[in-house]
Formats: sequence, structure tokens, C-alpha cells
Amino acid sequence: MESSVEISNPLRVTAEKPKRLKLKLTQAGKKAALGYLFLSPFLILFIVFTVVPVIQSVYLSFTYYNMLQPAKWVGLSNYSVLFLEDDTFIKSIKNTFVFAVIAGPLSYCLSFMLAWVINSLRAKMLFSLAFYVPSITSGIALSIVWLYIFSGDRYGLLNNWMLSWGMISEPILWTTDPDRIMPVIIIVSLWMSMGTGFLVFLAGLQNVSPELYEAGAIDGISSRFQELWYITVPLMKPQLLFGAVNSIVAAFGVFDIAVAIAGMPSPNYAGHTIISHLFDYAFIRFELGYASSIAVFLFFLTFGLGRIVMKLLSSKEQ
Amino acid sequence: MTMNYGKWVARFNRGLLYAFMIALVGFTALPIIYMVSTAFKPLNELFLYPPTFFVRKPTLRSFFDLLTATDSSVVPFTRYIFNSVFVSGSIVAASLIVCCLGAFVLSKFKPPGASFIFAVILSALMFAPQVTQIPTYMIVSKLGLVNTYWALILPKIAVAFNIFLMKQFFDQIPDALIEAAHIDGASEWKIFWKVIMAVSKPAWATLIIFSFIGNWNDYFSALVFTTSETMKTLPLAIQTLAGGPGVVARSGALAAGTLLVTLPPILIFMLFQRLVMNTMVHSGIKS
Repeated sequence: MESSVEISNPLRVTAEKPKRLKLKLTQAGKKAALGYLFLSPFLILFIVFTVVPVIQSVYLSFTYYNMLQPAKWVGLSNYSVLFLEDDTFIKSIKNTFVFAVIAGPLSYCLSFMLAWVINSLRAKMLFSLAFYVPSITSGIALSIVWLYIFSGDRYGLLNNWMLSWGMISEPILWTTDPDRIMPVIIIVSLWMSMGTGFLVFLAGLQNVSPELYEAGAIDGISSRFQELWYITVPLMKPQLLFGAVNSIVAAFGVFDIAVAIAGMPSPNYAGHTIISHLFDYAFIRFELGYASSIAVFLFFLTFGLGRIVMKLLSSKEQ
Repeated sequence: MTMNYGKWVARFNRGLLYAFMIALVGFTALPIIYMVSTAFKPLNELFLYPPTFFVRKPTLRSFFDLLTATDSSVVPFTRYIFNSVFVSGSIVAASLIVCCLGAFVLSKFKPPGASFIFAVILSALMFAPQVTQIPTYMIVSKLGLVNTYWALILPKIAVAFNIFLMKQFFDQIPDALIEAAHIDGASEWKIFWKVIMAVSKPAWATLIIFSFIGNWNDYFSALVFTTSETMKTLPLAIQTLAGGPGVVARSGALAAGTLLVTLPPILIFMLFQRLVMNTMVHSGIKS
């Protein structure tokens, strides 16, 4: 409210600028100093707990380090063991990719479509709350519910229902059969995936002004899907990009749901993800150098994918 | 006549859409309904065959069990609740001030190097936080913070997502508003509180919610940074409850605990939902 009043007289502000230029130069130095002062709490904590750890990860990944003895430089050997000899790691990459390739795009599209449909309904708040709530529940805490639903014996809810409807004749070992673990993890993750991205899409959709649709109708857009493709999607590029980066990071960082459902280590490593592997070596075996090479690999993977997505979504515009 | 017919078809389609969406909501709500209903089940209903979905004779027994049964272990359950509330609350408060101040500088001061700092923050959005967990652990242990609240709080304050969210929002605040405050003789510190923060209430409400929910549910850092039973947070305590011996006997307490952990984020979100929806408009990445 207040701001709109101020925008209406920007002329006065710009007119004053040339006169005060000389004064402003010294003021600029003061302002910058004050700026750094305000920024310093964030910068210090950010450097100590984010920037330094990333650099240190890269360094550690070239060493053998177990926290008791000082780190010993081993060159690329961690990486060569990781990619050439560690079958469990290859398995974890495979699992993570299967998960990311299926759950990532699926949850992304689902969030967008649901947000789009909800936006056209009444009681938007209620519907969005209903779909958002699963994502804010604690994955760990709710795993108790999932383990009950997917329990492998006859008492499991799903088995029980399927048995009584005659769909199966014997209970299915949802969380212990290596072939079933990944699908169950994917289903549970999808259920929880209407999170931040979903909210961003909802908000972005509300931002598209109705006049644009009216104008579109005059220009010959006839169906809701054409509207979606030619008007809504181009306008929501920033939100779509944010959602994409978000879902890539989430998809490749899958860990707690996998552990909650399949345990650790999971049967035949069927629910073993890159982060599980990292956690295993870092905090169970304390081979921190080796674990760091896993972290560095994951870092470049998500970072590279994020860049590619950014390129794809921004070049489409031109 | 045809007009009327078309209208009816449209209305019918709409009804169908609502019916479909409501069915979908019902389906996604199933696990949550089940969780709530199980928490109120008496012991004999927990082990019925075939299992029942809804509770028949609701009781608060499981909640008492939760608070008393864990007494046999060293730490009372209320300690976990306190840990979670204290840690999440501190992170949210500290992160709000630190990230908003930082975002204010990046958005309005733009000192030399600001765009570089922002680029680094933007790239920090692009990796899973677990990637930095090992060195963070080393730093925390070198600072002698393992098994203290500091270990759970300090690393979570300067979060890239938070400062990014706030900066995107502050960018929308017209500079003229700040200029006007300058002319009125307000100091930068005063401008930050009285102008910037006053105008961006929805943005920091959003930050509070996301930050609270994320940290409330976080179990990785408590798992890594603490070894003592007294420092555990709720999600970790629940997981221990689920994995420890005598799981069957405790399954009632477990269900009650799950409900307790899940409730606060839902309540907080419901309280602030309208404010969140207003902010998220600004949170896209502009390339």
C-alpha cells in the first residue's frame, strides 16, 4: 500500500542524484562497510558450514582419513576404487538413478498438474492443504504407518485388502523382496512430494492475470490445454525452474525414506542409494576420505544437472 | 436449447472433476487418517486380525504409555519434545534475523562482490545438504560442539534457500521507499526493521514455516552430531523406539509418538497458509 504511493514520484528522487554525486561517493564507501557488517553473520556461518565443507570434501576425497590418524594423500585411488571396484556403489548409483528418473519427473509433473487443476477449483486452500500436508509430515515418523500398510505378512493392510479381494493368494513381501523395495519407496516418495515445488507452482498460477486468458481467447486459443501451453507455462518459467532444481536435488538426495522402508543395509542392497552409501562409509565405517569422494561425485552430479535444466528452461524462451 | 445442453455438459464435467479431486484427496489422506486412528486405539485393537482401519473404542492410553513407558529408559520422553522445540525454535529465530539482514544487503546495498556472493548462494541451492555433512561434522567436532545444542543449531542458520527467498522478495520492494526513509533521517538499521521487515511480513512468515518444518523433521543432523541419549530430537527418538527391542509391546506408544511429531508442522502450516501463498510468487529463479 505504502509503496505504491512512493513509486508515483520517482522523478524527484532521480532529479536529486547529480547534485549529491560527490557526497555519495564517500557515502558509498560507508554504505558498503555497513553492508558487509550486516552481511557478516550470514557470511561467516555460510563460509564455515557450507563453503569450507565443500572445499574440504574435495580435498578429503583425495586422501585416506579415519579421524584418528591425520589424512594421508592417496591421489585418485578413492575414485578408482569407487567406480571400478565398489559394486555396492554402482548398485547405489543404479538405484538412485532409477528412483530419480521415475520419481523426479513424475512428482514434478504431478505437482504442476495438481496445482493447475486446484487453481481452477473453489476451496483452493483446502485442496492445497490436503495435498501439501503429506510433504510436511516427517518421513521417518510416518514410516511406521507405511511399514504397517506394506507389511509383508497377512496383517499388513495392503496384503490384507488384496487377499480379501482375491487379487493375490499369498501375502507379498513388499519391503523385504528386493524387486518390490524400489517401487514401494517411489510410491511413498510420490505421496510426500507435493511440497515446496507444488506451493511455488500454486503461487505462480495465481500470479497469472485473468486478462491474459481473455486476450488469448481473442487470439484464437480455444482449449484449456492450449491456454496452459501458450500462456501459463511461458509465464511461469521462474517457478518451473525453481521447482525443477528443487526436485533434482530432492530426487538424488533420497535417503531417509529408503532407510525407513527398507532398512540399512537393505535386503540385497535393493534400497541402497548414493546417500546411504555415503552415510555407511562416513558414519558407520569412518572411512571419511572414501565417503568424501562419494559426496564430491554427488555434488557434481546435482550441480551439473541443475545447470543443464537452467540452460534448457531459459533457452526455450528465445 | 443447444446452449443449455452445453452448459449442462460443462457443469457435469466440473462435477466430475470435483468428484475426482475429492477421491484423490481421500486417497492421499488415507495414511494420515490411519495414523490418527491408530494413535487412539486400545491395545487389543492394535493386533486385531483382520486389521481394522478405524478405531472402535478410542482411548488416550497410548499417549500415557508414550510418556511413561519410556521412563524405564534413562531419558523421559518430554526431554525429546523439549529438544525438538528448543532446537527448531532457535534455528528459526536466528536464521530469520541472519538471512534477512544478509538478503537486505544483497538486495539493496549491493556492495562490491554482492553478485558473486549471490551466485555462490544460488549454486548452494543445487546440492543435497548431506554432501557437506562429513566436513561439517569435522568442524563441529573440532570446535568441541558434539553433543551440544550448538551442533544442532549453528550449521542450520545460514541456509542458502532462506536468503534466496528473502532476497527475491526484497528485490520487489521499490528503492524509492528506502530513499524516502533516508530523507526522513532513518538509520539503515532502523530502515531494516521499520521498513523492510514491516513490508515483507508474508516473506518472513514463509521463512518461519519452511524453516520450522524442515528442522522439526530433520533427523540426519541429530543422528550425526549427537551420541548421547539426552540430545536426541523427536524424529530420532521415534525411530529408536521403532527399532529397539519390544517393538510389538510399544506399537501403541509408537503410533501416539508419530502423531505428536506430525501435528506441529501441520498446525503451523495451517496457521500461515494464506501468507505463504502470497510469498511464493517471488521465489522463482530468474535466469
